[in-house]
Amino acid sequence: MADGTGPGRVTPSGVALAALLLILIVASLWLFIAKPYWWTPVASQQGADIDFIFTAVLWVTGIAFVGVQGMLGYFIARYGAKGTERASYWHDNPKAEAILLIGTAAILTVLVFMGQRVWASVYFSDVPENALTIQVTGEQFAWNFHYAGPDGAFGRQRIELISPTNTIGLDRTDPAAKDDLLSINQMHMVANRPVRVRLRSKDVIHSFFLPNLRVKQDAVPGMGIEIWFTPNLAGDYEIACAELCGLGHYRMKAFLTVDASQDVFDTWLREQTAQQ
Amino acid sequence: MQDGNHSEHHPKLGFWRKYVFSTDHKIIGLQYMITAMAMAIIGGLLSMLMRLQLAWPTSLSPTLARLMPVAFSGGVMAPEFYISMVTMHGTIMVFFLFTAVLTGGFGNFLIPLQIGARDMAFPFLNALSYWIFLLSCIVIFSALFVTSGAPLGGWTAYAPLSAVPEFGPGQDLGMTLWITALGLFTVSGLMGGLNYVTTILTMRTKGLSMMRLPLTQWSLLITAVLGLLAFPVLLAAAILLVFDRTGGTSFFVPAGLVTQAGPVMHAGGHPLLWQHLFWFFGHPEVYIVILPAMGMASDILSTFCRKPIFSYRMMVYSMVAIAVLSFVVWGHHMFVSGMSPFLGSVFTLTTLLIAVPSAVKTFNWLGTVWGARIRFTSAALFSIGFVSMFVSGGLSGIFLGTSASDIQLQDTYFVVAHFHLVMAIAPLFAAFAGLYFWFPKMFGRFMNETLGKAHFWLTFVGVYAVFFPMHILGIGGQMRRLYDPTQYMFLQAQQPMNVFISVAAFILGAAQLIFLFNFFWSIFGGKITTEQNPWQATTLEWTTSTPAGHGNWSGELPTVHRWAFDYSVPGEAEDYLPQNSAPVVAKK
Ligand code: HEM
Ligand SMILES: [Cu+2]
Ligand SMILES: [Cu+2]
Repeated sequence: MADGTGPGRVTPSGVALAALLLILIVASLWLFIAKPYWWTPVASQQGADIDFIFTAVLWVTGIAFVGVQGMLGYFIARYGAKGTERASYWHDNPKAEAILLIGTAAILTVLVFMGQRVWASVYFSDVPENALTIQVTGEQFAWNFHYAGPDGAFGRQRIELISPTNTIGLDRTDPAAKDDLLSINQMHMVANRPVRVRLRSKDVIHSFFLPNLRVKQDAVPGMGIEIWFTPNLAGDYEIACAELCGLGHYRMKAFLTVDASQDVFDTWLREQTAQQ
Repeated sequence: MQDGNHSEHHPKLGFWRKYVFSTDHKIIGLQYMITAMAMAIIGGLLSMLMRLQLAWPTSLSPTLARLMPVAFSGGVMAPEFYISMVTMHGTIMVFFLFTAVLTGGFGNFLIPLQIGARDMAFPFLNALSYWIFLLSCIVIFSALFVTSGAPLGGWTAYAPLSAVPEFGPGQDLGMTLWITALGLFTVSGLMGGLNYVTTILTMRTKGLSMMRLPLTQWSLLITAVLGLLAFPVLLAAAILLVFDRTGGTSFFVPAGLVTQAGPVMHAGGHPLLWQHLFWFFGHPEVYIVILPAMGMASDILSTFCRKPIFSYRMMVYSMVAIAVLSFVVWGHHMFVSGMSPFLGSVFTLTTLLIAVPSAVKTFNWLGTVWGARIRFTSAALFSIGFVSMFVSGGLSGIFLGTSASDIQLQDTYFVVAHFHLVMAIAPLFAAFAGLYFWFPKMFGRFMNETLGKAHFWLTFVGVYAVFFPMHILGIGGQMRRLYDPTQYMFLQAQQPMNVFISVAAFILGAAQLIFLFNFFWSIFGGKITTEQNPWQATTLEWTTSTPAGHGNWSGELPTVHRWAFDYSVPGEAEDYLPQNSAPVVAKK
């Protein structure tokens, strides 16, 4: 068929490239199905939702990835130059284009709505009454955790009081500060009790990253940013800084303990407060 | 503009005027390319050092310690050196390699040749834009040698880290050089952009209507418009940053900050202002890199498929749509920045909207290959590789554009994987395709095809081995710009993957030596091009001598009679019809 409507020649280059694309598809499927490395174990309610939306997007993009790379490989293997034979001379198909365009837009719209439900549950929902409030202040290169203590009121902070031991400038003369706890790089919360975090920074932008809880929020100097979430799996986890903040960014690490019960948490709080 | 015999009457130019202080767009294009290649070598070497550190973070490197005693004091790479390299590598690659090579290099070289003009609209401005670019390269390069350290704010230079010198080594003189280099770069880019837009709009030869332009030209036009709208914003932001650093203003620095040394004397600024300005420029900048790559890859793909590009109209419209939308998606870099979460919803919508024209382009490339008769040259292979990379990188963007999943993925290696594939590797493939393809037009010789193919196979396998597994590292939570992943328990288990990636990166890096050798050797020793149109392509640059002389066409300028994609037209004697071939009037 001289007009190129039939198959072309199967060329070594075409087959080799198609084979590589096939290997790519198989290897990536293996990475995403066998999961040699994967998420850290999820330990919060919002984490499960975020993993869910990730999985939904993974299905859609995974199918598109296999489909498109596979078709590309197939065409390349099949349509190599063959003597003086011509390629097909068609270059438009408005109907097919419209279907693909509308189809893509429809799928993406569904993803937008699914994603926004999760986004709304993270950001547009009210903090439950029983939430534990923790003020978190980032600095080069440490995390300060400020607990209000039994009175539930945070003591005043003053910038002049900042010192190597009083890293947030807590005014101990303020009665509300009497039972406050300032804990450096050590955070505690209670399983299944919502946590409200008030994020601030003393110097540059940091990002408060709790990988297991699927929580990430920048701490921006000059801003007070409030987020909330509910840890639901007791255990010991790590806290990282996810925003480049200077030479010690890599070691701006803290530890998180999600206590199994309020009692365990109260004991920790009492012991720590007594020590300071 | 000029008349037909322009080149014959031209006085003979000396070496300096002809090759160094030239106003010929072809020479300026080559100057851009060679300079950008030198920058790419530096940027590439930095990435090798980074991969060395990431695979073996605590191991001693006595040899490197001898070469770079400050950076490797005690035999181990210093953390500030690592972040400086991240910063310099990113900055060099985005601006001084890709923006320069695609618009300055290919843009200058190709615009007059493909639209049938003798030169750019403003040849002197063009030369000036190159010299300012060269100056900016020298300034950014010198930042590597500042004794107080190279800048370490990342290529995004977020304030206040970038605004207050006390926040890190390298943030004083190093950062000043960084800002200066970027300022110069934008000025040079604006001059170039003005030139490209004017030239393409006003100097097309007879018969070359807009809808007959090759896609390369469309992409360069749209890119230039993007540059004209986006670069001033970066320039303005950079100037405000200079004021904050030296003028005592506080655009980006709020009150009440403290360093180890004491309080910072600023009040009233807002750190997010920098991010908004930077990304208002930065997102279009990403398209400034990818659009010319799309255009070039489309034209080259069609040439070697011997088949018209599928749906030329949709290709043009989708590029215009991408360009317009690129100004309303910047907030997707800021989902967890502290910006109002309501804006997060809006930017999710616009981001997934911009995915639609990108998908359209992908379908059209597939439609082009379907039923083709592919000639597997090195240029063809790289343009096919471009499509594969763009698809891989584009799809991971959907995870990041969906604000909810971005909470976990932001600032991890998932982002590093995504942007390397889509805006580093895909354009790299298009640039390689372009170099193999237009090399004869530049130097009158071919690059060696055997070496070219070896380069392709190693590079194709290499980039996937390096960048695909990074998605997995990111899902596992590994942060970007991280000097030592083994500091974290939850990342230690993934360390074998980091080693694998680094080994692959070294092989990938070595494979680029094949290209460098091939390029420079072929200039003097490559097979001489005997035909005017060796690839049997349709566009106008192949209707003049190869290489083209001063003034581009020795006789009259060509007249255009058709679009750029008449390959395999049924019933014609040849399987391609150059744009200047007149239609046969009466065909029986
Ligand atoms: C040989 C190929 C390359 C390798 C092995 C490589 C490797 C890397 C590595 C290791 C990082 C640092 C990741 C981190 O610690 O956050 C990085 C960052 C980056 N790379 Fe590349 N890269 C390569 C090519 C390119 C190219 C061609 C571009 C062109 C656009 C590019 C653009 C960037 C950018 C923009 C960053 C981010 C810098 C920042 O975080 O401020 N890279 N690359
Ligand atoms: Cu930090
Ligand atoms: Cu940090």
